[in-house]
Amino acid sequence: MKRPRVVPLLLSLASLGAGLAVLAVFFSVLGYDPVLALGAMVRGAFGSWYAFASGTLVRAIPLMLIALGFTVGLRAGVLNIGGEGQFYAGAVAAAWIGLKLGAWPGFAATTAVLAVAVVAGACWVAVPAWLRLRFGVLEVISTLLLNFVAEALVSYMVQGPLQESQHIYPQSDQLPLAARMPVFPGTRLHLGILLALSCSMIAWYVFRRTMTGFELRAVGRGPRAARVTGGLRVQRLGAMALLVSGALAGLAGGTEVSGVSYALYPNLSPGYGFTAIAVALLARQSPMGIVLSAILFGALEAGAGAMQRDAGVPAVAVYVAEAVTIIAVLLADALSSRRRDMVTA
Amino acid sequence: MTGAPILQLRDIHKRFGTVQALTGAGLIARAGEVHALLGENGAGKSTLMHVASGMVAPDAGEILIDGAPRRLRSPRDARAAGIGMVHQHFTSIPALTVAENIALFAGWAVRPRELAVRVTALAERLNLPLDPVARAGTLPVALLQRLEIVKALAADARVLLLDEPTGVLAPAEADELLARARAFAQSGGAVVLITHKLDEALRGADRVTVLRRGRVVLEQAVVGLGSRELTQAMLGDATLVDEPAPAAHASDDAPRRVHVAGLEVARESGLGMAVRQVSLGIRAGEIVAVAGIEGSGQRELLRAIAGVLPVFRGTREVTQPLAFVPEDRTTEGLIPELSVTENVVLGLGRPASWVKRGRLDWKAARQRTAEMLSEFEVRSAGPEAPAASLSGGNQQKLIIARALERAPAVIVAENPTRGLDVQATRAVHDRLRDAAGRGVAVLLYSSDLDEVMMLGQRIAVMARGTLSEAPAHASRAEIGALMLAGRAG
Repeated sequence: MKRPRVVPLLLSLASLGAGLAVLAVFFSVLGYDPVLALGAMVRGAFGSWYAFASGTLVRAIPLMLIALGFTVGLRAGVLNIGGEGQFYAGAVAAAWIGLKLGAWPGFAATTAVLAVAVVAGACWVAVPAWLRLRFGVLEVISTLLLNFVAEALVSYMVQGPLQESQHIYPQSDQLPLAARMPVFPGTRLHLGILLALSCSMIAWYVFRRTMTGFELRAVGRGPRAARVTGGLRVQRLGAMALLVSGALAGLAGGTEVSGVSYALYPNLSPGYGFTAIAVALLARQSPMGIVLSAILFGALEAGAGAMQRDAGVPAVAVYVAEAVTIIAVLLADALSSRRRDMVTA
Repeated sequence: MTGAPILQLRDIHKRFGTVQALTGAGLIARAGEVHALLGENGAGKSTLMHVASGMVAPDAGEILIDGAPRRLRSPRDARAAGIGMVHQHFTSIPALTVAENIALFAGWAVRPRELAVRVTALAERLNLPLDPVARAGTLPVALLQRLEIVKALAADARVLLLDEPTGVLAPAEADELLARARAFAQSGGAVVLITHKLDEALRGADRVTVLRRGRVVLEQAVVGLGSRELTQAMLGDATLVDEPAPAAHASDDAPRRVHVAGLEVARESGLGMAVRQVSLGIRAGEIVAVAGIEGSGQRELLRAIAGVLPVFRGTREVTQPLAFVPEDRTTEGLIPELSVTENVVLGLGRPASWVKRGRLDWKAARQRTAEMLSEFEVRSAGPEAPAASLSGGNQQKLIIARALERAPAVIVAENPTRGLDVQATRAVHDRLRDAAGRGVAVLLYSSDLDEVMMLGQRIAVMARGTLSEAPAHASRAEIGALMLAGRAG
C-alpha cells in the first residue's frame, strides 16, 4: 500500500502550490512585485536561524498542538472547531495560576502552569462533550459558540480579577520567572516546541500502534459498525476524543502564556484556533504531517510580517494563500472520494 | 401477444476502475412482455439497469427507444423517455404523504387539493389502490413498494424496471406483485424484472435474459425452460447446487446456549414493543431459523439476544462468546474504507491475540487475516485491500470467517445471504452448518423462506412480535399461514 501514502502528500503539496500561485497572481494584479514580496516572505520565515526559530517555529507551536487536537477529534468523528476558545481557556488558567506560583521552584511552577492549562482546555470542551452525550447537541455549533464566550472571559479577566496591578492596561501582570518556560539561547524559541513534537509522536504512536487509537478511528469512520460489530461505546469514545482535543488546545494556550507573552492579553491569539484547522486539513489527519504543515503555516504568518515591512504588502494577504490552499485540499479530497465511490459502486 | 421493442440496449460496455462490469451486454424490452433479467451477483444486472435508467453512462453501446437511438444523460432523461426504475431500496420520503411523494417524483405542479383527487384517480386507473394522505413512513413494505411503482407510472413510464422487487415481500405479496407486473404488460407496457430467483423468472416472465460476467449468455422465451437450464446459464460449468436437507435435531441433552423467557424488546424507534413475551431455548449444535414478514419483530428479537439492543423485560441468558452477523454488511458488519485486516481487528476486539496490553501488533493481525482469507476462500487483493473492494459475497464470507474466529458458543445471523449469488450462499450455508456440527448454537432469520427451510433444524415464525414454533416438517403453506397470523387481510 505505497501509493495511498504518497498520493495525499503530493495532493497537499499541489494544494500549497496552488495557494502560493494565487498569492503571486494577487500580488501582480495589485501591482506589487511578486518576486520581491514572496522573497521577503521567505527571508522573514527562513532567512536566518533566528528568524526561523523565533518567528516560524514559535508560531508553529500552538498551531501544532491545536491541529493535533482537531485531528484527534476528527479521527473519532467529532468536529472540534473551538480550538480558539480552548486555547484562551488554557491561557487564562495558565496566567492565573502562574501569577500565584512565584515562590515555587521553576520546574514545578511551569509544570503546574501547563498542567492547569491542559485541564482548563479539557473543561472548556467538557461542556460541548456533555451536551453531545446527553442531548445530542452538535459539537460543531457548541464548540464554535464557546469561542466567543472564551474571548469575553479573557476581556473580563484582564479588566477584572487578573488586571495588572496599576489597573490601567487591559492585560495581566507579567508572570514570575519561575512560571516561564526556558528559551533556547539567542532565540525566542521556548521549550514548548519539544512538548508539541512529543505530542505529535505520541499521537502518531497511539493511532498507529494501539487498540485505543484504532477504536477511535473505527468510531470516526463507521460509527454503526463500531457499535454493532466492534461493541464499542461510540458516544463515549467521541466524547473522550473531544476532551483530549480540548486538552491539547488548552496546552497551546498555556505554552503561549508561559513561553511567549508571559502575560494574558485579549488578542493573545492571532486566530491560531482557526488556522490550526487549516493546518490539520493540509496534513490530512497525519500527526507527522501536522508537524510539517504547522511549520509551514508558522512560516506563512512569520513571513507575512516581513513582507509587510520589506515589500509594503499588507500582511493579511497571506490569509488569501492559506484559504486557497485549504480550498484546494478540500477540492482534491472531494474529487478523489468521488472517484472512489464510482469505482466501488 | 408481444409487440414492438420499446427499449433496446445494444452491445453495452462499462468499466469501473479495474472491473469490467459489462462486455457487450444487451436487452430488449418489448411492449406486452415481462422480461426477466437473471444473473449472479456481480454479473452486471444492476449496472445494465443503471445504464437503462440514465444513472450510469456506458463506455460504448447504443440505447434505442422505440427504435431510435437516444442518449440518456441522467435519470431525468430516462424518465422523460418513458423508463421508470423501481429501486431495490425505496426512494420515497417518509415524512411526505403518498400524494406528495408522487407529485415530487413525477414533477406535477398542482394544488394540494387537486393532488389527492388526481392521485386517487391514478391509483384506481392503475388498479394499485393507495391512500393519498397517508405518510410514506407509516406504510408497510408492500405498500411502499406499490408507491414506488405508482410513482414510476405517474411519470408516464412505458418501461418498468423492477430491481429485485420481491426480496422484501411475503410469498403472497410477491405473487400479487407479479400479477400487477403482468397486468401492466398487458396494457401495452414493458416490464423488466431483475431477479436472482429462478422460480420467479419462470413463473412471472415471458422471456428471460441471463447475464454472466457482463455478457449475455442466454436470451430466449421462458416456455420450455427449466430451472436447471437457467442455473447452468447463470453459473457456467458449475454443477447444480442441491443443498442437503437440514440435519436432525441436536440431542436433547446438549447444553443450552441461549435461553430467553418472557422477552420484551422495544422498537428501535422507542415507540411500542417489537417483541412481546417471547421464550426460546437453543441447544449447542442446533440451528434455529426464524421466518417472518419484515417488521414482525424478528430483527429486534435477534438483536436483543445478540446484546445489540437492550432487553426491556424478561430474562436473557446467552453463553459467551457470541458472534453477531448483521444484515447490513457495509454499514454494520464492515467499515468499507478500512482494510480487510482492520475490519478483522474491529470485529475481534481486545481479546484478540494481536492485542497485548492495549498495543496492537498489526503484523500478527495481517498474518492471521491472510490465513483466514485463504481458509474461507475469500477473494480479495489481500489483507491490506479495502473491504469496499470485495464483492458482496466475499464481504459476507469475510464476516462469517471473522465470526467463527471468535470460537463462538452462539452465532446470531440476520439474513446471512441477502443479495448473495448461489455459490456464495452455498458457502455461507456450509459454514453455518459446519459450525453447528461443531457444537455452536446458531440462530438466524431470513426473509427468504427457502433459506429458512433449507437451514433450520427448527423453524420458528415471528408474527406481530410473538414467536411460534412451526411443527417439524411443516410445509411452505403452513409456515406462510403462521407468518400472516394476526394480520388483517
